[in-house]
Amino acid sequence: MAVSGATRVAAAPAASALSDRLIRHPGIARLGVVVLLFIVWELAARFYLDHDFISPPSVVLMSLGKLLATPGVPSALWLTLYEIAIAFVLAVIVGAAVGLAVGLNRFANQSFMPIVLLLYGIPQITILPIFVLLFGIGAAAKIAFGVSHGMFPIMIAVAAGVQKIEPVLITSARSMGASRWQLLRYVVFPHMIPSFFTGMRLGMSGVLLGVLLAELYVSTAGIGYFTSIFTENLDPTKLIGLVSMLAAIAIALNEIVRRAELHYARWRD
Amino acid sequence: MNGSGRITAQSRLWSRLVQIAFLAALLLLWFLATNVWGVSRILLPRPANVWDQLLNVLGSGAFIPDLRVTLGELVAAFAISMSLGVSLGYAISRSQYLIRVFEPLLAAIYAIPIILFLPLYVMSFGLGPNSKIALGATISFFPIVLSTIAGFGHVDRTLQTAARSMGASDLQMFRHVLLPAALPVVLAGLRMGFTVALLSVIASETIASFAGLGHRIVDLAENMDTARMFAYIVFVIAIVAFLNAVVSKLEGRARWR
Repeated sequence: MAVSGATRVAAAPAASALSDRLIRHPGIARLGVVVLLFIVWELAARFYLDHDFISPPSVVLMSLGKLLATPGVPSALWLTLYEIAIAFVLAVIVGAAVGLAVGLNRFANQSFMPIVLLLYGIPQITILPIFVLLFGIGAAAKIAFGVSHGMFPIMIAVAAGVQKIEPVLITSARSMGASRWQLLRYVVFPHMIPSFFTGMRLGMSGVLLGVLLAELYVSTAGIGYFTSIFTENLDPTKLIGLVSMLAAIAIALNEIVRRAELHYARWRD
Repeated sequence: MNGSGRITAQSRLWSRLVQIAFLAALLLLWFLATNVWGVSRILLPRPANVWDQLLNVLGSGAFIPDLRVTLGELVAAFAISMSLGVSLGYAISRSQYLIRVFEPLLAAIYAIPIILFLPLYVMSFGLGPNSKIALGATISFFPIVLSTIAGFGHVDRTLQTAARSMGASDLQMFRHVLLPAALPVVLAGLRMGFTVALLSVIASETIASFAGLGHRIVDLAENMDTARMFAYIVFVIAIVAFLNAVVSKLEGRARWR
């Protein structure tokens, strides 16, 4: 309701001045679209739709405190964040190591890249039950599933980045007597930075997908337990609140790696 | 020239051998783990058992009902996302202003793992096919709408001005300028949307449902019938690969025209 009040104030200025500003700043219009969607959701949920299945955003927002007071919910959220963090670190380590090993050697690249691409092409959702059989319903299965989703894009981006380094740079460094380590440290690593960060961005969306899929799949613990309980109890307020908090976490993490990529990808220019 | 050519051909042959050896080593490891080292059969079935189960699944036609459910959901989801994505994308692409308003917004939503909203869909549409169709349509809508905007929205200005100045009608503009320029991008988006829709449908069957290929795999896992579960996993991977190959082929052919 506070939201609809704010738009009434915004709609007050002279129409021509407003449309002028809107045309010069698409960002304002974009914000307007988002606000409008929330208003439609609010009104529809309040007056037309069944309260057993959907709640208006204002109610969801007001009940976030109650959701976080539900025993187990905060720890499930923290655990998910922890799983994402560990899975991301592992995916980066494994992805960068394999990507370097495969990318640095032309023969290795030619031999193992098709296998990496083949494995990356497998619809991993089909093997999620195997992860749970092997690792149980705890954090290990979710971390493992996150790693298996996140490591492939990193491998591919890192290997491609290493391959793209101009041979002249490597030859000249070698001819100046660079050791293998010096070659890596002063030629390969600096030139890999942009593709490494691209890989990390793609890896993060993979990790998020893997961890969240596994969290939703296991319905006896963690996030999946609460989503199924809230669904069974027809408690849309808490369900939307929980899902929105996870979406907010995903958006924040994506944004961090995207900013990092924008920052470091500019390095060479 | 000739010499270096022979060396690449030779190294390519060696690469093939390394690949085959790698896959054979994996199979051997699997065989040794189950037949010699005695890894629990519930965790890892024997290759021979999986093979028998696969033949049984294929031979008995036991997969047909589940396949029908999954494909039905896929077709419905893709039909919805294709019609909505292409028409909305085209409408947005007609104005540079609308592109600048909507494109970043759609791209931002696309970056969220939308599968998160599956519980909401299950709550509204039930555990049956409808929630899978709705989720698959939602997730695949984004690559399709974004590529339609990219395809139709970024057609070379000079081409458009030239055609207009030669007196092209709206229909002629669309048929001879916009469509040929946009088609490859839109088709790539449709192919991606198809793949994403298929994976989302299987994922939502895996997480919450009572029918379909994804559900079958979970069901077998819960009954500890791992050999048959492995057989179904192989089957589903093959189906996904087959459908993706068909769609890529269709995309290639449509692009040629």
